Amino acid sequence: MGSNMAEQHPVGFQWVVEAKERGASVMHVDPRFTRTSAMADLHVPLRAGTDIAFLGGVINYILSGGREFTEYVRHYTNARVIIKDEFRDVDELGLFSGWMPEDGVYDVSSWGYKGTQGELTAGKKEQTGDVSGDQAHGAHGMKLEHGEPPEQDWTLEHPNCVFQILKRHFARYTPEVVERICGVPREQMLHVAETLCRNSGRERTGAVCYAVGWTQHTHGVQNIRAAAIIQLLLGNIGRPGGGILALRGHANIQGSTDIPTLYDILPGYIPMPHPTSEDDLDRFVELNGPDTGVWGSLKSYTVSMLKAWWGEAATPANNFAYSYLPRIDGDHSHYPMMLRMIDRETKGFIVIGQNPVVGSANSSLQRKALANLDWLVVRDTSEIETAAFWYDSPEIETGKTRPEEIGTEVFFMPAAAYTEKDGTFTNTQRLLQWRFKAVEPPWDCRSDLWFTHQLGKRVREKLAGSDDPKDRPILDLTWDYPTQGPQKEPDAETIMQEVNGRHADGRFISKYQELKDDGSTTCGSWIHAGIYADGVNQAARKRPGSEQSWIAPEWGWAWPADRRILYNRASADPAGKPWSERKRYIWWDSDKRAWTGVGDNPDFEPDKDPGYEPPEGAKGMAAISGSSPFIVHPDGLGWLFSPSGLVDGPLPTHYEPHESPIDNLLYRERSNPTRQTFERPENPYNPPGVEPGGEVFPFVFTTYRLTEHHTAGGMSRSVPFLNELQPEMFCEVSPELAAERGLEHGGWAMIATTRTVIEARVLVTDRLRPLRIGSDPPRTVHQVGLPYHWGRKGLVTGDSANELLPLVLDRNVHISEYKAATCDIRPGRRPRGPALRELVAEYRRRAGVSS
Amino acid sequence: MKLETHAWPGSYGAEAKPRVGFFTDTSICIGCKACEVACKEWNHVPESSEGFTGHSYDNTVALDADTWRHVAFIEQRKEVGVDGAASLAQSASLDQLIDETGLGTYQEGDGLRWLMASDVCKHCTHAACLEVCPTGALFRTEFGTVVVQEDVCNGCGYCVPACPFGVLDRREEDGRVWKCTLCYDRLKDDREPACAQACPTHSIQFGELSELRERAQVRVETLRDAGAEKAQLYLHDSDDGIGGAGAFFLLLDDPEVYGLPPDPVDTTHDIGTSWKAVGAATAGLGLTLAAAVFGGRR
Repeated sequence: MGSNMAEQHPVGFQWVVEAKERGASVMHVDPRFTRTSAMADLHVPLRAGTDIAFLGGVINYILSGGREFTEYVRHYTNARVIIKDEFRDVDELGLFSGWMPEDGVYDVSSWGYKGTQGELTAGKKEQTGDVSGDQAHGAHGMKLEHGEPPEQDWTLEHPNCVFQILKRHFARYTPEVVERICGVPREQMLHVAETLCRNSGRERTGAVCYAVGWTQHTHGVQNIRAAAIIQLLLGNIGRPGGGILALRGHANIQGSTDIPTLYDILPGYIPMPHPTSEDDLDRFVELNGPDTGVWGSLKSYTVSMLKAWWGEAATPANNFAYSYLPRIDGDHSHYPMMLRMIDRETKGFIVIGQNPVVGSANSSLQRKALANLDWLVVRDTSEIETAAFWYDSPEIETGKTRPEEIGTEVFFMPAAAYTEKDGTFTNTQRLLQWRFKAVEPPWDCRSDLWFTHQLGKRVREKLAGSDDPKDRPILDLTWDYPTQGPQKEPDAETIMQEVNGRHADGRFISKYQELKDDGSTTCGSWIHAGIYADGVNQAARKRPGSEQSWIAPEWGWAWPADRRILYNRASADPAGKPWSERKRYIWWDSDKRAWTGVGDNPDFEPDKDPGYEPPEGAKGMAAISGSSPFIVHPDGLGWLFSPSGLVDGPLPTHYEPHESPIDNLLYRERSNPTRQTFERPENPYNPPGVEPGGEVFPFVFTTYRLTEHHTAGGMSRSVPFLNELQPEMFCEVSPELAAERGLEHGGWAMIATTRTVIEARVLVTDRLRPLRIGSDPPRTVHQVGLPYHWGRKGLVTGDSANELLPLVLDRNVHISEYKAATCDIRPGRRPRGPALRELVAEYRRRAGVSS
Repeated sequence: MKLETHAWPGSYGAEAKPRVGFFTDTSICIGCKACEVACKEWNHVPESSEGFTGHSYDNTVALDADTWRHVAFIEQRKEVGVDGAASLAQSASLDQLIDETGLGTYQEGDGLRWLMASDVCKHCTHAACLEVCPTGALFRTEFGTVVVQEDVCNGCGYCVPACPFGVLDRREEDGRVWKCTLCYDRLKDDREPACAQACPTHSIQFGELSELRERAQVRVETLRDAGAEKAQLYLHDSDDGIGGAGAFFLLLDDPEVYGLPPDPVDTTHDIGTSWKAVGAATAGLGLTLAAAVFGGRR
């Protein structure tokens, strides 16, 4: 669900095909019948943005039929934990306890385990009022004495235990409700649920694959939470063939999240410090790290990272240069950053490997932001729309602006392609695979590594001799990477060595457990410790699968500590025996008193007895019992209920997309009450379908990619062999919608929202079908499919689908709702020049939206 | 031995290599078109954009001088259940099918089927193109494949109508004929063709023809047992009109559905009888002409 794996991950999909050949059932739940559906045993079309209702139906089917894997649920999840008396589940309104209407956010203190201290907000104790709702990081901040929830009921019958709360919460997600919300006939949902149940338990496992079809919603994180609940109830985590696989947007998105390029975390998911901890490292650790579980060693991870960055300048006396780290003081995610550009608060912007004018929602707003900068640097392999916005854009075409009115100084710098540089790709399984440079980059093209290295060097040269304390963090950086080849390319392997880290005597770290908090170890990213163990580039191992066991331990390297399946303690029962011979993976060898298995590394201490109980005052991994597999959580349990870490509720709840044709059939709150909206002239919203003006945009549209192109087109619209395969922007519509709107197959259509109107060729196909939703009486909803690859540059051009979308974000991670919005569609080409602005203005007038 | 051609292996003697080819199992084709791109990249085949065609996701339309691999997309509507939904009974029987065989449906679901199939030159056992080529540009390689030598072809075009599949085609820019070489250069280097190497799901399988043919037979039986009633091998029969192909296919429906001729025949097959007929006709024509000429003088 939420993924079109055959089209977007065709190479990975070979394993799905192989699994199917060996007897696996493949089911695809998606608004459109895609190339993935074609290969599935069952395709279930659903209305875009209603995944939680569907998954809620599956959860209800499991719980009401007693189909959960009881022993797994009782021992390995927090089903038995009792939640605070103050906690109130969603009411008729659709609000959990703690709602603060004036701020539009939750006080989450009532969602905690009974007997624990209330967190200030969503797991991030450092969070202050002005950044309430900023991204929270899983279990950071939750404190438990010796790793144990204070109150538990092993019979799972206490009315306030998680299991009973879960049952009550999902009871209303009946097959009938699912049918009315999703447009999925109840038999199909039941078929999916039953197949999942049959393929789970001791003898079998099932996996869930998702991608941005789940994340790009105003309730994106909760889509994935719903899948986690299903997989925990069915015992499908930590076991071979199980799991939830996040299929990332391109080859190395996982890697760029891990190391990271995100604005609010440091390498290895260490939270970015807030100003509140001032210069006190211990205070930072106390605020951000639970004492128990893997995060109990946060100080070792942080100190080792500081030592990797600042070397000799990081000493015990100066808190290992902790004060050098930048502090985050607000929501600096992509969209708020663009809005700050419009408001002229952000002056400069370096864009690497991104094409926001095509790839981000509300393209016109993106361009307006760029037009208000002092300077813009774009590094790419060809001149993408983001670099050309100042002379080639819809606003210039319509006469709304002119190049001479844009003051932004634009620097376009040619970038090396992935074949022209060494490095790693990290896949969905956290597996890092080294790739070797095939050719030198041509002309002035340089790698991002070269650029970053040079930028650092030149800034440091400019600052040399400065005695301003604010320059110390840059001047004290370890920035002495050896270079090689004709372009003086920094040696990527030496960067990896720094990421891996060393002991004081120069030996390479071999696993994160070796890291110390006294400054005697360095490590650029604790989760990657061991990638250069024994002085060997472990990611570059490429022994063919046919020459080793099916675990393939000598192919690449997986973080952390080369574990191929995370939480693999859960592949054995509480006593340490495999759940079944068929699914054995890691188990306890009572003779050797050690964990052993079929070839993966146990993600448990190798000699921790399954019967181990933490003593009073235990910290770190010592606080995790011998039968608690989820070692990243402070209690070692899989969280059916999230007591910490989320800002929009401890349980997934069905909310409609921000722009939706109908009301919420389950609650009075139509859409996620915590969603971030931006009421600005650049960002008008379509009126909801049920309100006046909503009828102007009666259809649902969803955006997506095609196999033949790559994301925002920077790497594919310059390649003739790809362009001829998908040469033009098109829309996909059902024969019924084509008939209703007079759309001609092969002709042109205009797709309209209050943002703008775009045009596309028309592909009429049975692969899209009208859905019956609602009740008394049920109504038909049509969905329009829009690939988003095209723009005004490159060898093939066309309107960008993302021109149509508004900014409206999931407050957990600030991702925009690309996957479900409303539109109008009509035949013909869109007007050119000022006439286009008039058409948009007319739509706004009809919808009652001010221009 | 069947599958022997006029020239292979006989004329190669000790230098003959095992006959190789493609088994394209369309049941596991995901329509990614990696084969089309890999082919063009490796063989320097020029761009040949047809624009947006509206033929489902197929914008290259057919094999021609500038398209040596072509993925067809066929959308079929199938009648299933009430309101397009599987009934409970149908769901139950599908469950049973999954339990029994582990196989459900292929390229179909919910009243819809989307067939995808990568087409290529068939490298026929009886290759008419090669028979009619007057310059010897088309030849049978030591691997039993059929290749056009670009430095010999004079663009006469005789092979174009000879091909029962419409594979051979002249390139407008240079007048010569271009088609799949089964990556002859790669074969000589002991490497598999570019398309087969690029195929992520092993829909395109390269290998020795005898082994591929056995594999295909097993596969089609598996699919039929799993309920794919129309699953069939195409150009696998060495007694068919082209003597079987070096590139053969597993299809999920009749060849016509994919735009393939159901019963292709080597167009030079009847050439002996044809020439006799031509001779007789010429003789007859001569008499008529004579009668006309001389009669005219009267």
